[in-house]
Amino acid sequence: MQLIPMGFEVPNFTPAIPEIFLLAGACFVLLADLFVSDKNRFITYLMAQVVLLITAGLVLTNFGSETITTFSDMFVLDPMAQVLKVALILVTVGVFVYSRDYLRDRHMYRGEYFTLGLFAVLGMMIMVSAQTMLLIYLGLELLSLAMYALVAFKRDDGRASEAAMKYFVLGAIASGMLLYGMSFIYGITGSLHLAHISSYMSSNPVMQNVGLLLGLAFVIVGLGFKLGAVPFHMWVPDVYDGAPTSVTMFLGTAPKIAAFAMIIRLLAEGLGDMVQGWQQILAILAALSVVLGNIIAIAQTNIKRMLAYSTISHMGFVLMGILAGTQTGYAASMFYIITYAIISMGGFAVIIYLSKNGKEADQLDDLKGLSSTHPWVAFMMMLFLFAMAGVPPTVGFYAKLSVITAVVDVNLIWLAVLAVVMSVIGAYYYLRAIKLMYFDKPNEARNIETTFRNNEVEAYSTSVVNSSLDFTVLLSINGLAVLLLGILPGALMSLCLYAIQASL
Amino acid sequence: MTFQLFVFFLFSAVTLLSAVAVVTMRNPIYAALFLILAFFSSAATWVLLEAEFLGVVLVLVYVGAVMVLFLFVIMMLDIQIDTLREGFIRYLPVGLMVAIAMAVELILVMKSGVFNRDIPEPSPLSVSNTESLGEVLYTEYVFPFEIAAIILVVAIIAAIVLTHRRRKGVKKQDPSKQVRVRREDRVRLVKMKSEEKQ
Repeated sequence: MQLIPMGFEVPNFTPAIPEIFLLAGACFVLLADLFVSDKNRFITYLMAQVVLLITAGLVLTNFGSETITTFSDMFVLDPMAQVLKVALILVTVGVFVYSRDYLRDRHMYRGEYFTLGLFAVLGMMIMVSAQTMLLIYLGLELLSLAMYALVAFKRDDGRASEAAMKYFVLGAIASGMLLYGMSFIYGITGSLHLAHISSYMSSNPVMQNVGLLLGLAFVIVGLGFKLGAVPFHMWVPDVYDGAPTSVTMFLGTAPKIAAFAMIIRLLAEGLGDMVQGWQQILAILAALSVVLGNIIAIAQTNIKRMLAYSTISHMGFVLMGILAGTQTGYAASMFYIITYAIISMGGFAVIIYLSKNGKEADQLDDLKGLSSTHPWVAFMMMLFLFAMAGVPPTVGFYAKLSVITAVVDVNLIWLAVLAVVMSVIGAYYYLRAIKLMYFDKPNEARNIETTFRNNEVEAYSTSVVNSSLDFTVLLSINGLAVLLLGILPGALMSLCLYAIQASL
Repeated sequence: MTFQLFVFFLFSAVTLLSAVAVVTMRNPIYAALFLILAFFSSAATWVLLEAEFLGVVLVLVYVGAVMVLFLFVIMMLDIQIDTLREGFIRYLPVGLMVAIAMAVELILVMKSGVFNRDIPEPSPLSVSNTESLGEVLYTEYVFPFEIAAIILVVAIIAAIVLTHRRRKGVKKQDPSKQVRVRREDRVRLVKMKSEEKQ
C-alpha cells in the first residue's frame, strides 16, 4: 500500500509556517480559554496577542526573499503578501488592545471574541497568499464567517442581530456572485490557477470573449459587495452602526487590507490582460463611491454611520489606484489601504474611549467640547479626522495625492477632478466634527440623555472605568504615526512600491 | 436519440421543474420536499457524467442530512406562510425583469460559442472515480481541503457562541457532590426544651 501517489512531491511547508502557527495558536487559545474563569479573561487576551505577534514575527523572518510558491502552486509567498500580512496582523493587535475595555464594560469579554478574531486573521492571510480562485474564495469565507459571528456577538441586542443578518445575507449573495463569475472564467480558461488564467489571456483575444467579460462583471460585483463600493454599499452603514463598536473597528480595518489583496490577485494577476474591461467598470464604481459616500456622510448625526459613509468614499479612492492598472497605481492603493486602516482604527478608538460606563457615545453631539474635557484625545481625534479629510501634514494627504497622481498618469482626468472636488466636499463633515470638539461647549445633559436613549441597564450599574494605560499609549502612538507617516511617507511608500514590483 | 440522452433530458427536466416548484410552492414543507427532488435528480445527472462519488455524496449529505434537518426546523418553527408571501406579487415585475435580463445575457454568452472547447475524453473504466478523487484531495488539493475543515470548525464555534447560554438555577445532579456529602450538611441536631404541659 502506497501512501503517497507516484509522482507527487510532498509540498514545502516552510512558506506557510505563519499560517500553520496561527491555526495551532487559535486552537490552543480556544481550548485554553475553557480553563480560564471570567475573572481571569485577561489571560486569554494575552495569549491571543502573543499568538498574533509571533505570527507577525514568523512572517518577517524570511522577509525580502524570493517569491516562493508551494502546495501545487496554490500558495504564494511574495513581498506583497508579506507586507500586507504584517500590516493586517499589527492592525488586529491594535484592534484587540482597543477592544478590551469596551468588551469588559459590556459583558462581551469572552474568549471566543479573540478566537474568532484569530480565525478571521487566518482567513485574511490565506486570501493574501492565494494563487487560485479556490483559495481566494475559501479564505474569504473563513474571514466572513468569523465576521458574521462577531457582528452578532452581542446576541441580546436587536440592532446587532439585525446588522449581522443583513451582513450575512448580503455577504452570501456577494459570495454567490463571485463564485458565478469565477465559474465562467474557469469554464473558458479551463483552470482555477491565476497563473494559468493569465497565460491563457495573453495568448487569446480576451476583450472579444463575451463569456469572459460576463465572468469579469460578476467577479467585480462580488468584489464590490465585499469592499462596500457604490452601488453595492447598502449593507455598510447598517452593519457599521449596528455592530458593537469594537467589531466595527475590526471590520473597517484589517479586512479592507485583505480585500485589497484579493482585488490585486484576481484582477491584476489573474485578469491582467482584461485591464481595459475592468478599468472602465472600476472607474464608475470609484466615481460613484466617492460622490455618494461624501455627500450622504454630511447628513449623518451618528459618528459610526458617518464613518461608514466615509469608508465608502475611501474605498472609491482605493479603487482609483487599482484601476490605473500601473505598478505605481497599485503601490499607491496599497499605501492608501494600509494608512487608511491605521487612521480608521484610531477614529473608532476615540469613539470607544468616549463610550464609557456601558453607554454608547456614537452621536456627533457626544464630541462636543471634547478639547476642554480630554484635550489630548481631542487632539488625536483631530489628527485622525484631518487624515481622513486629506489635510496635510497628515498621511491622508499624501495617500490621496499619490492615488490621484496614478489616475492622472493614465489620462483619466475627469476622475481625478471629481475625486478632488469630492474631497473638498467631504472635508466639510470632518471639519464639522473638529468644530464640535474645539469650539462648542461640553454638553452637560449628555450623560443622562445618552443613558436614556440607549435604555441600557448597565449604564447605571457600572462604575466609572478609566481607560487602561496601554489603550492611551497606543492611541497616542496611533495618532503620532498618522502625523509622522504624513511628514515622512517615503519609507512606507517605497516599501509598497518594492512589494508590488517584486510580486507582479 | 440514444438512451443516455433520453435519461439526461428526463432528469434535467425534473431538476428544473422541481427547482421552479421550490420557489412557487405555498407550503414550505412541499418546497423542501421539491428541493430534495431537485438534489436527487441532479445527483442522477452526476452519475450520468460518471461522477458516482459526487452523486452519492450529494444524496447522502444534502438529502440525508441537510434537508432532513431543514425539514425539522421548518416543522418546529411556526412559519406564517402569509407573511412570507407578502410582497410576492409586488416584487414580481422587478424580479421577472432581472430574471429575463440575466437569461438573455446568459443565452447570448452561450450562443457566442465561448464554451466550444474540446470535451475531454472520459477516463477508462478501470480507474475508480472515488479513488482518483481521494488521490488529488489529499495531495494536490490538501491545502484547500484543510481550509475547508477550518471553515467548518469556525462555523461550529460561531454557532455555539451565538446560542450557548449558561443558565442559572438549572437543577442538574452532580454525582461527585452527592457522594462527598457529609452528615453535617444534611442533618442538623437542634436542642430544644420540651414544652411544658399546659
